[in-house]
Amino acid sequence: MSRRTALCAAAAFLVVAVLVAAFVGAADLNPLATAAALIDKAAPFLHLPTSLDPLDKAVLFQIRLPRVVLGALVGALLALAGAGYQGVFRNPLVDSGMLGASAGAGLGATLAIVYLGGAGPQVVPVAAFVGSLAGVAVAYATGAAASRHTVLSDGVATLLLAGIAVGSFLTAVQTFVLQRSASDIQAVYSWLLGSLSAASWQQVTTILPYAAVSSAILLLHGRHLDVLAVGDEEARALGLRPGLTRAIVVAASALAAASAVAVSGLIGFVGIVIPHIARRLAGPAYTGVLPLSLLIGAGFLVLADTLARTVLSPAELPIGVVTAFVGAPAFVWVLRGTRHVGT
Amino acid sequence: MTDLAAVDVTVTLDRSPVVKGVSCAVKGGGWLALIGPNGAGKSTLIRAMAGLVPYGGTITLDALDAKAMRGKERARTLAYVPQEPTLPPDLTVEQYVMLGRTPHLGYLATPGRRDRERVLAAMTRLDVTQFAKRRLARLSGGERQRAVLARALAGDPRALLLDEPTSMLDVGHEQQVLDLVDELRRDAGLTVVSTLHDLTVAGQYADTLVLLDGGRVVASGAPRTVLTAPLIESVYAARVNVITGSDGHPVVAPVRRPSPELHDQP
Repeated sequence: MSRRTALCAAAAFLVVAVLVAAFVGAADLNPLATAAALIDKAAPFLHLPTSLDPLDKAVLFQIRLPRVVLGALVGALLALAGAGYQGVFRNPLVDSGMLGASAGAGLGATLAIVYLGGAGPQVVPVAAFVGSLAGVAVAYATGAAASRHTVLSDGVATLLLAGIAVGSFLTAVQTFVLQRSASDIQAVYSWLLGSLSAASWQQVTTILPYAAVSSAILLLHGRHLDVLAVGDEEARALGLRPGLTRAIVVAASALAAASAVAVSGLIGFVGIVIPHIARRLAGPAYTGVLPLSLLIGAGFLVLADTLARTVLSPAELPIGVVTAFVGAPAFVWVLRGTRHVGT
Repeated sequence: MTDLAAVDVTVTLDRSPVVKGVSCAVKGGGWLALIGPNGAGKSTLIRAMAGLVPYGGTITLDALDAKAMRGKERARTLAYVPQEPTLPPDLTVEQYVMLGRTPHLGYLATPGRRDRERVLAAMTRLDVTQFAKRRLARLSGGERQRAVLARALAGDPRALLLDEPTSMLDVGHEQQVLDLVDELRRDAGLTVVSTLHDLTVAGQYADTLVLLDGGRVVASGAPRTVLTAPLIESVYAARVNVITGSDGHPVVAPVRRPSPELHDQP
């Protein structure tokens, strides 16, 4: 599939996912009236009549839609961050939670829930955001310092190993904190498994600036990641500065992942699987993988969240469970069902 | 076309000196081959010329100090091809050749029409257009080397730095690739600096040979003056005959140690 075809298909997938998510839910909204209301909201000058009553309208615009938009943002950010890390580390198995990002967020959220529980629910996202960025910063600094004294000629492997070490350490600290405060285990685990049930327009506007900046930086560095694929030395011979490119892409990926984690908890699977699907659709060049990951990731998470809130309605499944439960078999199908691109 | 000169170049890797005060020069459009035994410092010297390892001394490109040039500017002048280039297996030939345009693109720019034209021209020149959409993993050794050269050429360099460009090829493909490089040199006026392990081949293609040993220049000049049996025998610890080939170039022929059994024969 050409890059352009793949991008159109991915955009169509996202639109369908958003519409499905808007139509489906606990409140039974008439799909036609919902569609009319959505179009009316997007283009009020058309003066489209809608039969949606004010209560249903409130459900649609104040409860369902912010959740759909937040889901799309989170999915896009996780997939982009995963793709960014994979480009930097030249390894398709790297996830958006690598380099201490997930472990840092987990520790941050745990500390906030255990020690700042009285300060209100607003503290947890901030703590997760800060924890995630701090985790990456420590891993990156450790890796950079270590690669100066190591036999691994390339900084990449050192950085990944440092990430694993820092991640394990932070998780150990988190477990220690949690062991001493058993009453909070339920709250911490429900956060860890991920959820968009607290979605609001306020959350959307809070992460939007970070989402916009990190996505823009990542999308603009696709070409640089493609050059990095020939290795540091040849990339330098082509006039690129591999260290600088790596630092920029890691920072942008960390910011993207931290923004997503802050409002959704830990959602696995998206950052590793979506870029892989993108690669299968349009080849390994990051100029294609990054925008495709953004679109497919957004659509995928919107659909996953729709399942999370409807399957056991009125109860909710943790979205991290859904992404793995639905995503893993789908991924196996993708793995065996697609031929290699360009052969 | 660009003059390239190294003056008293020293490279130290992991605290051990690898290149020790090497001076050599090649005129624009010339072909300089670095020869010498394994570990003589040939590849390191070529990497220093490409600006990939820190070095002492001076390397000049058209009398400009290479150290004063920005990475991009140097990349536009010199195309470097390592002995074993990294070929991302799933990238298509076309995408790979496009990477050669990197030194010409602004930081946030995407390749435009001119870049696509230059890529097509490079692919046509190296006769790889018929597998432009093929993945690199699906290329044979000879095709691969042509794709790599196409990438180098796509950047419109004025000099090619080739580290053992034919080490993975059989003799036929070796000749094809070197003939091609020689054509590029003549047609586009490219300056070529290469390491070559085959002494006879080096003498056939290069107009200047620099023989390195232990990081120092042992001899340099025209092939006829460098490729002499006493010099090669002492530097390589080998036994060779140097004869003159039908084309007038010296041919370095290894000589086997006299076998004891042969003497026993009546």
